[in-house]
Amino acid sequence: MTGAASRADICVVACAQAWRGDGAILASPLGLIPSLGARLARLTFEPELLITDGGALLVAPDADVIEGWLPYRDVLRLVATGRRHMMMGAAQLDRYANQNISAIGAWARPTAQLLGVRGAPGNTVNHAVSYWIPRHSPRVLVPRVDMVCGVGYDRAAAAGIRVPDIRVVVTDKAVLDFGGADYSMRLRSVHPGVGADEVRELTGCPLVVPDDVPVTPLPTGEQLKLIRRLDPDGKREAEVG
Amino acid sequence: MIDRVLGIDDVIGQLRPGMTIGIGGWGSRRKPMALVRAIARSGLTGLTAVSFGGPDIGLLVAAGCLSRVVTGFVTLDSIALEPHYRRARQNAAIELTELDEGMMHWGLLAAAQRLPFLPTRAGLGSDVLSVNPELRTVRSPYADGEELVAVPALRLDVALIHMNRADAGGNAQYLGPDPYFDDLFCLAAERAFVSCEQIVPTSRLLDAGPPQSLLINRAMANGVAETPGGAHFTGCAPDYDRDEAFQAEYAAAAADEQAWASFRARYLDGDEASYAAAVRGYAAERARSA
Repeated sequence: MTGAASRADICVVACAQAWRGDGAILASPLGLIPSLGARLARLTFEPELLITDGGALLVAPDADVIEGWLPYRDVLRLVATGRRHMMMGAAQLDRYANQNISAIGAWARPTAQLLGVRGAPGNTVNHAVSYWIPRHSPRVLVPRVDMVCGVGYDRAAAAGIRVPDIRVVVTDKAVLDFGGADYSMRLRSVHPGVGADEVRELTGCPLVVPDDVPVTPLPTGEQLKLIRRLDPDGKREAEVG
Repeated sequence: MIDRVLGIDDVIGQLRPGMTIGIGGWGSRRKPMALVRAIARSGLTGLTAVSFGGPDIGLLVAAGCLSRVVTGFVTLDSIALEPHYRRARQNAAIELTELDEGMMHWGLLAAAQRLPFLPTRAGLGSDVLSVNPELRTVRSPYADGEELVAVPALRLDVALIHMNRADAGGNAQYLGPDPYFDDLFCLAAERAFVSCEQIVPTSRLLDAGPPQSLLINRAMANGVAETPGGAHFTGCAPDYDRDEAFQAEYAAAAADEQAWASFRARYLDGDEASYAAAVRGYAAERARSA
C-alpha cells in the first residue's frame, strides 16, 4: 500500500457508510464509487448485505461466487417489500430531497431529455434511498427540480404518504443529509480540504450548516487496501470532479 | 402441434398503422431488432410502442413510425442516452407516457390477467401523476383505507420479443441471465410474435438450458421467426454480447442528418441479410484499421 487516500477513496468510504446497519437487504449502487462503497461495506462492517454483479446475479463482492438470482422482475417485486437501499444519481436534487433524472426544462418539450423516471418514484416511496453526486454544483443542487422522479419530504407530505427514508447525499465535496427543520438539506461533513463556505457556494438551494461541521473520515489502512484491491486500475479517480 | 414458423415479412404483414406494439428485452439487451428494423423499413406510422426502451425506440423514432412511447426510460446502457429519442423529445416530435418501471410491470401484468388496473404505491407524490393526468388513484376498501395509484392495464395489439431458441410450434427459450418481461409482453398482447436465434426440434430444446428456461409456451405465441443475429446490436447472451463498437457507430451517426442518411443507406435500407452483410463489412474494416 502506497500513497495517501484520494478524494475518490474518501467518497467510497462515505458511500459505504450509507449502508451501515442495513443487514440482509439488497444494496443497489449506481455508479462506480457507490458500487465500490457497497462492496467495501459488505467486506467489512455489513457482511449480510446482498449485492449484484450489475446484472441478474447476487454475488460475493470480490470473488466469482454466485449466491443467488435476481432478475429485473424480482428487483421490482423486492422494491415494494422495502428490503432494499439504493444509491441513485441525480441530474437535479432539491432542498427536500426531490430528485430528477427524467428531463431538464418543461417536460412537454424538454431542453434536455435525460433517462426517464426509471424506478425512482417507486424506490423513494418504498425503501431507503441515498444519492451520489459526483460533481457538487448549483446546477445539480437546485431550488426546485424540473420533474419530481424521486419523491422528497415535502411532496410526500403533500401527497399524504409515508415519510421518505432518504439517508445521505454523498458528493465530491461533502456529505449531506435531511436533518434540518422539516427534513431540509443539512451539511453533515466536509471532505478533507473543503470548507463549509465552499460547499454553501456550490449548493444552489438553502443548506443548513451547523456551527461545528466535522470532517469526513479518512479511510483506514484496511479500507484503503480493500478499495485498491476492488479497483486496482484506479478507475474511481475519473468519477469525481 | 401447429407449425407457427413465419418469415420476418409475414410478421410485419400482421401489423397495421396505429397499433400498440409491446417490445420485449430491456435497454440495449435482447431486443427483437430484426423485427424492429423490418418495421422501420415498412413505412408503418402512428404506432404506440410499449417498451423498457433501448435502440428499438430510437430506430422506430428515426424512421417516423411512432407517435407515442410508453416507457420508464430509453437508454443504450453503455451509452446512457438514446440520441434519436432524445432529439424527438426535445423537438416535441413524439408523445410520451412516462411511467415508473414498477408501474410498467404492473400495467403489463394487469393486461395479462385481463384486469382493468392493479394498485401500487409507485408514482404517489411524483410528477408521473402530473404528466399523465389520465392516471387515477383508488382507495383500499379495507380498514387501512390507503390511497394507491391504479395502474391501467397496458393492453397490446401485438408483442414482439427475441429469444435464444424456439421450436416450430412457438415454444421458446431464453438462455441468458434475465428473462426481462418477455412472457408478460406476450400475455398482455392480442397476438405475440417471437423471433429467435435458432429454431430447433422440440426434442432438442433442453439441450441448451433447463425446463425453467422455457419462458414462452406455444399458447402464448402466434408465430415464430428464425432470425440469427436478430437482436444485434443489442446483447443476446450467451449467443453474443452487445456489439459495443457498432452501437457507438449507431449513436455517432444519429448526431447529424447526413451521417444518419449514410448509416441508413449502408445498414438499414436493405433486408436482414444485407444488414448482416453490411455489419460483417463494418467489422472487417474495423479489424483492418486496428
